[in-house]
Amino acid sequence: MNFLNSYIYYIGAFGLIFIGLYIVLVKRNLIKVIIGLSILDTGINLFLISIGYISKGTAPIFEKVEAKLARMVDPVPQALVLTAIVIGVAVLALALSLAIRLYHHYDTLNLRKIKDQRW
Amino acid sequence: MIFIVSFLVIVMLISAIAASIFKDLMNAVIASCLVSLIAAILFYLLQAPDVAMAEAAIGAALVTAVFVIAISRTKRYEE
Amino acid sequence: MRKIISLILIGVVAIGIALAVVNIPFGTPKTKVGNYYINKGREETGAANIVTSVVVNYRGFDTLGEVTVLFIAAVGLSAVLVTRKKKIERKIEPSSLVLNTGCRFLFPLILFFGAYIFIHGHLTPGGGFQGGAIIASAFLLIYLGCRGRRISETRTRAAESLSGLVFVVVGLIGLAIGGHYFLSNFLPKGILFYLFSAGIIPIIYIAIGFKVGSELAGIIDRLMEESE
Repeated sequence: MNFLNSYIYYIGAFGLIFIGLYIVLVKRNLIKVIIGLSILDTGINLFLISIGYISKGTAPIFEKVEAKLARMVDPVPQALVLTAIVIGVAVLALALSLAIRLYHHYDTLNLRKIKDQRW
Repeated sequence: MIFIVSFLVIVMLISAIAASIFKDLMNAVIASCLVSLIAAILFYLLQAPDVAMAEAAIGAALVTAVFVIAISRTKRYEE
Repeated sequence: MRKIISLILIGVVAIGIALAVVNIPFGTPKTKVGNYYINKGREETGAANIVTSVVVNYRGFDTLGEVTVLFIAAVGLSAVLVTRKKKIERKIEPSSLVLNTGCRFLFPLILFFGAYIFIHGHLTPGGGFQGGAIIASAFLLIYLGCRGRRISETRTRAAESLSGLVFVVVGLIGLAIGGHYFLSNFLPKGILFYLFSAGIIPIIYIAIGFKVGSELAGIIDRLMEESE
């Protein structure tokens, strides 16, 4: 129970990273590979935020009532992940536009067949 | 508290495995949308409300919409 | 064959990472720069939301880089997708009256909600990126509900370019007067928890909110136009 309490977030984050990596390595359809890329991105963001967590901490936002003197969690990883999420969606949109263009040109989305064809 | 977090993490991992197994690409996209939503809940439980809002608005709504538009222009079934 | 090799590789990497992650304890403070931002953030920037002051004030140049990457992705998407020469005429059946009226009723409410989120970025959780994504979702609702309506592309591009220009011009004004470095906080800090406080942070977040919202709406418009 103590082990689970300490490491459950790491297990979740690394589980997502490895599943995303498996999809990118093994699958053949291009859109399935892009879905794996999106899952990989979510796993890495989850890992970054769970590094900055402090036990019994609160969100790094000040309130009008100075209620308790608890610690605040680290604000720097949250700023980095905010940037990373938006860049992730931009890369995904560009990758999907390239996939649509590839489908118009080759009429298939199977990566083995595209690799075997000549110009 | 720890049971809620464990349950959410297990559902997230099962739906990520389901996204790799489905042959119909629409089903895989909806499974990846579920992964994004549960990640937004976990961001909130890790005391990061800004990041949770960004992940819920961008990852669960706009990424899924862009995927669905791209799939409807190309093939739907993985062969 | 490919599956077995990749599973073995991932297994080896997983064992290595598990041995390394055991030494990272969960829930202990790890860096010292976060403490400085929390202790000095209120009096140096005047914002109540520390994540906002880190994103806009302390690391403002990274935000400019991210806005540039988003712009490059939008331009690249417009350049790659070309419309085909012959248009396949498909008959679009118009949506029913209930759906049409409901979507048109909800559209300004969602826009107001998005604007509320990015205007109050320095007081409550939120900010430019979240508000911009909500504005883009409002335009997506119009595309899905009322079929056949399009937003005008020139106005979208004009709003996006003007917002990016406002960001860079505010940074250059900070370079000329004020603290003599790019994106310095030259406006007065004001009183804490008021709307007009925290220097240039509300101005930059409003510009980022407009830019991200119009950019994502333009991406969705370009993807849907290419199909029909």
